Amino acid sequence: MSTQGGASASPADMVLSDDGVPLKTKLRRAERMRKITAFGLVAPLLFFVILVFVVPIAGMLWRSIDDTEFRKIMPQTVAALADWDGKDLPGEPAYRALASDLSAARENNSAIMVARRLNYDVNGLRSVVMSAARKADASAENIKDSFISLDPRWGQIETWGAIKRARGPLTSFYLMSALDMSRDATGSVHMAQGDRAIYIDVLIRTFRISLTVTLLCLLLGFPVGYLLATQPPKIANLLMILVLLPFWTSLLVRTAAWVVLLQNEGIVNNLLIWLGIIDKPLRLIYNAIGVHVAMTHVLLPFMILPLYSTMKSIKPHFMRAAASLGAPPAVAFLRVYLPQCLPGIAAGCLLVFILAIGYYITPALVGGAADQMLSYFIAFFVTDSVNWGMASALGAVLLGTTLALYAVYNRLVGGSGIKMG
Amino acid sequence: MKKQLVSFFALAGVALCCSAAPAMARDLTVVSWGGAYQDAQKEVYFGPFQKDTGVKMTDEPWDGGVGVLRAKVQGGNATWDVVQVESEELAIGCEEGLFEKLDWSKIGGKDAYLPSATNDCGVGAIVYNFVLGYDADKLKEGPKSWADFFDTKKFPGKRALRQGPKTNLEIALIADGVKPQDVYKVLATDAGVERAFKKLDSIKNDLIFWKAGAQPPALLASGEVVMTSVYNGRIAAANQKDHKNFKVVWDGSLYTIDSWVVLKGTPNLADAYKFLNYVGKPEVQKNLPPKTNYGVTNKKAGDLIDPAVLADLPTAPKNMANVEKIDDQFWLENLDRLTERFNKWAAK
Repeated sequence: MSTQGGASASPADMVLSDDGVPLKTKLRRAERMRKITAFGLVAPLLFFVILVFVVPIAGMLWRSIDDTEFRKIMPQTVAALADWDGKDLPGEPAYRALASDLSAARENNSAIMVARRLNYDVNGLRSVVMSAARKADASAENIKDSFISLDPRWGQIETWGAIKRARGPLTSFYLMSALDMSRDATGSVHMAQGDRAIYIDVLIRTFRISLTVTLLCLLLGFPVGYLLATQPPKIANLLMILVLLPFWTSLLVRTAAWVVLLQNEGIVNNLLIWLGIIDKPLRLIYNAIGVHVAMTHVLLPFMILPLYSTMKSIKPHFMRAAASLGAPPAVAFLRVYLPQCLPGIAAGCLLVFILAIGYYITPALVGGAADQMLSYFIAFFVTDSVNWGMASALGAVLLGTTLALYAVYNRLVGGSGIKMG
Repeated sequence: MKKQLVSFFALAGVALCCSAAPAMARDLTVVSWGGAYQDAQKEVYFGPFQKDTGVKMTDEPWDGGVGVLRAKVQGGNATWDVVQVESEELAIGCEEGLFEKLDWSKIGGKDAYLPSATNDCGVGAIVYNFVLGYDADKLKEGPKSWADFFDTKKFPGKRALRQGPKTNLEIALIADGVKPQDVYKVLATDAGVERAFKKLDSIKNDLIFWKAGAQPPALLASGEVVMTSVYNGRIAAANQKDHKNFKVVWDGSLYTIDSWVVLKGTPNLADAYKFLNYVGKPEVQKNLPPKTNYGVTNKKAGDLIDPAVLADLPTAPKNMANVEKIDDQFWLENLDRLTERFNKWAAK
């Protein structure tokens, strides 16, 4: 590009086409047109992806660290706490700023935002703040004492720590809570203890269930894929329909069907009792068994389809060649067939695992209270408690750990080793 | 293609201008929960209201969520006037200033209504209870209280509760001997929460948790559980539609109230009051329970309702004897922490 018009122009630049324009310029023009057309064709998809994928995810990540609302409503308090070290209660001026901010907030009905934000952090502050907003009088003398007599919580450092943590404009509060961590008023970090340490356990549970389901899918899906790939087309097509029919059925319907099958007086239990294998119904649902069974069933096609397409491309004469060279069937399978299946296995496992991580409705309907995965808590914070900061932070944690796992997986399997079909 | 695009924009333009227009002078718009419930309201409230008062109105359904109301009011030009909300939406919306503060003199005075149905921003529309339900065909000698719910010797088998801490901690405390009216006082202390979880712990292996309101009747019908916590309306519906013989225990049950609110800044304020006044009258309210199994809020409505219907209503005097209203302020303040705690407990 930079050579155009330069002194050292090569002879090719000098070649002119019919209308006197240098050939290279014309070629470049044609090339540019082609690129624009190509981009024009891709543009709708690109626009779509940006609009419904990139923007919402960026918005979610932003929400998990955004904390600008509080400082807008409570500017004086935030300013008064700028130099506070969190070791002792702040002085009169901070209480006066608080009173004046709260009465202004009451006027324009925004005190509830402050109350809600502080209640996320310290449980119970919601009503403390609302009643202070109703009663606070910024002109009172001894304003600190009058606040403390209103509610003893105003005399606790933790209350002011919560205000300090909410000062924004960015916060690590939600993300730290999602990782069972918290800061005290002086700013030092603590791990949550006992009953408050929950989300790391849930994250581990989410990955444990997803991994188990992936392995179950592989164990069940591999023989099916093999069968599909090796049978004559007539039988294979019929079998394929059996795989695809459930795939096309709504997830909710399939989950509900498992309720019917697995419940106490369900078909499975009745059959086992009738056969005399058990005398009392087994508990197969509303616990971990139900979650694993239903999720494995729902996700099985995502394993079978990539496996099938990979196996289909493996020529049968490879195995025959191995046999003719003296390999027993097991060795031929392990050393000739299985390595060629690896791209399909890798793709199927990745697909199933990533889908499983985000599962919400199936564990909610067939699992017990102890089998809920991280998405359950995200849904809880979105709809039940309307704490979107926390929901976003949990989403960000899930996204982050999934990407990290994917990176490790990619390193192990190698990017080219994955084949979707 | 181009032609299609043009007509699309033309349509969009029409939609824009027409959606803006009704804001200037539109009929009173009343919003409720849709479905069979709103059909019943149309028949006994909306239709007669227009006939008797001459005020024109339309009705729309919604699915709840205070965010929707916030968007309507703060966006200006709200297209709704009167909305039926759940008690939590009432509490939040009132604090946020989304609703008009009610002038009770225009709707018959606070004394005309059940005390728990009156709020600065809303007047109660219906009362419904969270009760103990069981299948009387399977349990001849049924449970009498939440204490029986926790008695696995007398009543062996699984039980179902709602997933999460809300209502379950109250139930556990009532079963443990706390009076319903003291439940939230006890629950406000750490020792009270401890006590509730300890009680739940005693039947943990026999508990199943449901998530959607439609699940408990299904769990009872399939024999999966011997008893469950459930909304009373669901039990009544199962008995009527599926001819079940489910029974409920009213003693120690928890109730909640849906309320009518008027959105802030409505141009139809006078008509909104006419509507609230009309649907607050006992002789109008008495027509709703036979169709819905919800209780109504005017104190005098009970006297006008057929005793056979009244016996199965949350507002029947004998059913209201020992109950407690679900405390929204408590749950708004403690839901996050106790949900975390509940899941920790469940995973143990």
